[in-house]
Amino acid sequence: MTDYSNVPGLLETKEALGETTVVVDRASLRAACEYARDELGFAFLADIVATDYLDWAGKGVAGYIGTATGRDLNRPMTQGLQALPDVKPARFSLSYHLLALRQGAPRLRLQCWLEENDTVDSVVPVWPAADWFEREQFDLMGIRFDGHANLVRLLMEDDWEGHPLRKDYPIGGEPVRFSPAE
Amino acid sequence: MSTTAQHPGRSLRWPIVGEPPYEGSRIPARIPTILDVPAGLADTDDILQVNFGPNHPSTHGVLRLIVDLDGEEVVGLSAVIGYLHTGFEKSMEQKTWWKAITYPERIDYVGYQNNELVFVLAIEKMLQLEVPEKATWMRMLMCELNRIHSHLVFLGTSALELGAISMFWYCFRERETILDLFELVAGQRMHTRYFQAGGLAEDIPSGFYPEAHKFVEWMPHALDDYLRLLDRNQIWLERTKGVGLLSADDAIALGQSGPVLRASGVDWDLRRDEMYLAYDQVDFKVPVYTGCDVYDRYRVRMDEMAESVKIVRQCLDRLERMEGQPWIADDRKVVLPPREELHTSMESLIHHFKIVTEGYRVPAGEVYVAIESPRGESGCYVVSDGGPKPWRVHFRAPSFAALQATATCAKGALIADLIAIVGSLDAVMGDTDR
Repeated sequence: MTDYSNVPGLLETKEALGETTVVVDRASLRAACEYARDELGFAFLADIVATDYLDWAGKGVAGYIGTATGRDLNRPMTQGLQALPDVKPARFSLSYHLLALRQGAPRLRLQCWLEENDTVDSVVPVWPAADWFEREQFDLMGIRFDGHANLVRLLMEDDWEGHPLRKDYPIGGEPVRFSPAE
Repeated sequence: MSTTAQHPGRSLRWPIVGEPPYEGSRIPARIPTILDVPAGLADTDDILQVNFGPNHPSTHGVLRLIVDLDGEEVVGLSAVIGYLHTGFEKSMEQKTWWKAITYPERIDYVGYQNNELVFVLAIEKMLQLEVPEKATWMRMLMCELNRIHSHLVFLGTSALELGAISMFWYCFRERETILDLFELVAGQRMHTRYFQAGGLAEDIPSGFYPEAHKFVEWMPHALDDYLRLLDRNQIWLERTKGVGLLSADDAIALGQSGPVLRASGVDWDLRRDEMYLAYDQVDFKVPVYTGCDVYDRYRVRMDEMAESVKIVRQCLDRLERMEGQPWIADDRKVVLPPREELHTSMESLIHHFKIVTEGYRVPAGEVYVAIESPRGESGCYVVSDGGPKPWRVHFRAPSFAALQATATCAKGALIADLIAIVGSLDAVMGDTDR
């Protein structure tokens, strides 16, 4: 087992479904990444992904049938407690999926939590691969990365308004170009 | 060990073989994905800016490269992507888990079977579903056929772009055979939607085995043909050898995976190193080359096709002995009931109705599943809130990562090399833009 107790800014270590999630403080994310790369050997940044938890668990209890730990779907007809998913600490989670190229292919999810106007340090100096990964999350989710030299839209058009993967971005609500209403 | 202490991708240890083709790092210093015109050249009249794509035939889709040329030499480069962005991840949030399975195939439309697998594996991991052995082996067989298919498309189109037109026809001939096999199994040539959460959508038709055996017998001969056509072709060799260099350190730092990584001398394959399906029970080698150039990327893919044929053969042997075994898990909360039961069983009718209309529920949580797709590490990150629709789906697209290396590979290249380089990175634009 890898020891994560010395990760800078460590808030929490979670094990679920065979995956390790290390939650770190937003301010020390870059230091945590450097630590993970240099001391823990996670040389390979597989992915950066942001998730918007706006209205998470806001749909009411009726839609959720399960036990406190989640419903056991392998045992049909399990009708236990009705449980809401855990409340999240902030609106956005930002997950860095790391891989160590060594025996057993250990993976690590470094995670930090952000509110809407929070920013986080860019990790391009740690892994050059983060360049487009961060630009994509900026483009689609509106996460801003401090110190990124070229934080402009990547997949959407340069003059696009809004960040489409946010939960408050309307479905089918984009304006129609060159329409009489424009 | 060929690591340098200050290198951005430095780690404690990793499986690198061979010597790096250049000292230090060639990743552009300011922005890793943009090659800046050197200061002395930038203001002169010698620089010609060329728009390479998005409709250039050798960009494999709609990749646009803005290239600064000094004579024939590439001195500046930046990539513009997003022309094929269709918002798959957003669309999948609006569909039930069950219906969302059709989307990943269309993301990487060349390695579709592998993309489908990674999403289905993610669902199964959250549901903690047990998959029958027959389904596991058939999945492996389909994925390896798909790997051959993908590499054939790479080989055919890359060779075509470098002038070896006949390669395209030969590769697409074998590709057609593979597509026919897919059609035989799933009714669709591409985008089969054959993998379900829990197993396979249908049993394997008995007519599949003789046809698959024919293909397995023929394919090694076809590979020999390709080698004879290309490997002694002086033009092919001169246009690919020593072109598009990318050292192991740079490749890891830039998040490269799959054949690009293995051509840079990194002995890494998720099928072997992070075992999934039943890859621990089949015998195959992981080809590794140390040339770090376009030629070795081609060689890695050639060898991989041969290895995939070996895996397919072993899968066939196993599957033929599994006649009559279940192909999908028996879990009525997730898996559709057999069609014939709908006429006689009220329970089955209810289950069928519930799954098709409302969808099954997936326990709350988050997972990241990665597999070795033909292009490298294809990852899928999903978040569930316990409801019938995914809360968030994100794909780690290997093509997206691969194109980040364009600027590094193109350093000092000629404009003609650029075509070889872009081809060798084997990016599928649907995968890049999602």
